[in-house]
Amino acid sequence: MFKSVYNWIDERLDITPLWRDVADHEVPEHVNPAHHFSAFVYCFGGLTFFITVIQILSGMFLTMYYVPDIINAYASVDYLQHKVAFGQIVRGMHHFGASLVIVMMFLHTLRVFFTGSYKAPREMNWVVGMLIFFIMLGLGFTGYLLPWDNKAYYATKVGVEIAASVPVLGPYIADFLYGGDIVGAQTLTRFFAIHVFFLPGALIAMLAAHFIMIRKQGISGPL
Amino acid sequence: MAHGHHSNEKVVYVGDSRVKKSNHPNIPPDYTSFPGKSEAFIPNFLLKEWMVGCVVLVGFLVWTIAEPAPLGYPADPTNASFIPMPDWYFLFLYQFLKYPYVSQDYILLGTMGVPAVMFGALLLAPFLDTGKERRFYRRPIASSLMGLSLIASIYLTVISWDHYQHILEANGTIPEHIEREEKAREAAEKGEERPNYTQPKEEASLVEANDPAMDIAKQAQCVGCHAADLKGQGTTPSLVGVGDRLSKEELAEVITNGRNNGAMPSFKDKLSAEEIDQLATWLSKQKVAAE
Repeated sequence: MFKSVYNWIDERLDITPLWRDVADHEVPEHVNPAHHFSAFVYCFGGLTFFITVIQILSGMFLTMYYVPDIINAYASVDYLQHKVAFGQIVRGMHHFGASLVIVMMFLHTLRVFFTGSYKAPREMNWVVGMLIFFIMLGLGFTGYLLPWDNKAYYATKVGVEIAASVPVLGPYIADFLYGGDIVGAQTLTRFFAIHVFFLPGALIAMLAAHFIMIRKQGISGPL
Repeated sequence: MAHGHHSNEKVVYVGDSRVKKSNHPNIPPDYTSFPGKSEAFIPNFLLKEWMVGCVVLVGFLVWTIAEPAPLGYPADPTNASFIPMPDWYFLFLYQFLKYPYVSQDYILLGTMGVPAVMFGALLLAPFLDTGKERRFYRRPIASSLMGLSLIASIYLTVISWDHYQHILEANGTIPEHIEREEKAREAAEKGEERPNYTQPKEEASLVEANDPAMDIAKQAQCVGCHAADLKGQGTTPSLVGVGDRLSKEELAEVITNGRNNGAMPSFKDKLSAEEIDQLATWLSKQKVAAE
């Protein structure tokens, strides 16, 4: 049954080569913790992706209840946290997952750095990886405001004030983020849009580039 | 599709992949050329990864159940005593900007100079560290610079957190999300409802809304300015709770003679003294604070 469906599609789209490019590759011994336990350092990239997937899924569920306006934002988060079935778990996963992503990405970056894996021919992948790092920090910054409690409010205020002190561009950055003169209704909707649409879009594009380059170039060889 | 294969299967297997095989030096050797036991990604390796992933996921779930995500009190822009604190992974930068020579007059150095150089160097690391050697102990400059930045970042983060704890202690402040949880627990122990910070204050409504005085208010066109529910509109004040502000005598005086240069007109020609008295009596009962 499965095979005939596969054949039917393959006949039309010739997906076998595509599938092979994506999935059909070997895991060399030097990165396989089953052979050398110390090879667990090679897992942090995969773990970052795993947690990123958790972030995307939990975030999708959070938006079912979250309301990005200054009157209801806090109330909706409170409701999510205390009334919605499994709301505490979903919000907890998104909240702590944000920290975990940063930790995993940090460890992944260190592994790549100290094994010199970013050297030729993999320079571009390192640059893309750093862009992913910055996007993640951006997601962390914009997501921090959304619960609309005092901690969120004042951290954003200080953060944007710091950005505003940059010469020439500063006032424009502040204007773009605030959408007004203070952290207010506009800021919240902007941060929501950036957090939920702009940055994840950029993130997915960058992740795709990251993975395509890995498949093209393979994992760096043993030291 | 022309693959030049003779097979009864409809699936036509192409070579190893569609990626062009070339002898370009940039393409690393196939793993089969590495000594040792390589393993197929699908399904062997992925299956093991999934098992580890499941364990991690369960651990994560347990964590989120044991430790609810923090939530403080609703944002209050007028709260002047709140100590701002970014998420932990921004603390190193936050702490860094507190030092002299990178703040105040030198803020340019703090926001643009040092971070731009550091992050720029990180971004362009492969173009700065171009040697062939990969082992970290064989490229001491790159490794020690990274090590130093690492230690500096950890140090700044720890100092920042320490500083924050110190301020909290000095001010006797409990972080809001902890205080909120404490209060919820106390309420639960007493068998009360969890304190709710989200409900807007109880909307006050008219006391004895069916009193005949309400008909007088309608007839006299009070509702024209003070709105049908007497809650006011535009610059016209609400009459709900007016009994807290004015006594019966004062109300009668305002109705009789008007005030604010006629913004509130005089009603002594439109209403009898008796009606004014009745209206003032009723309005003086409009108290919210009493509850």
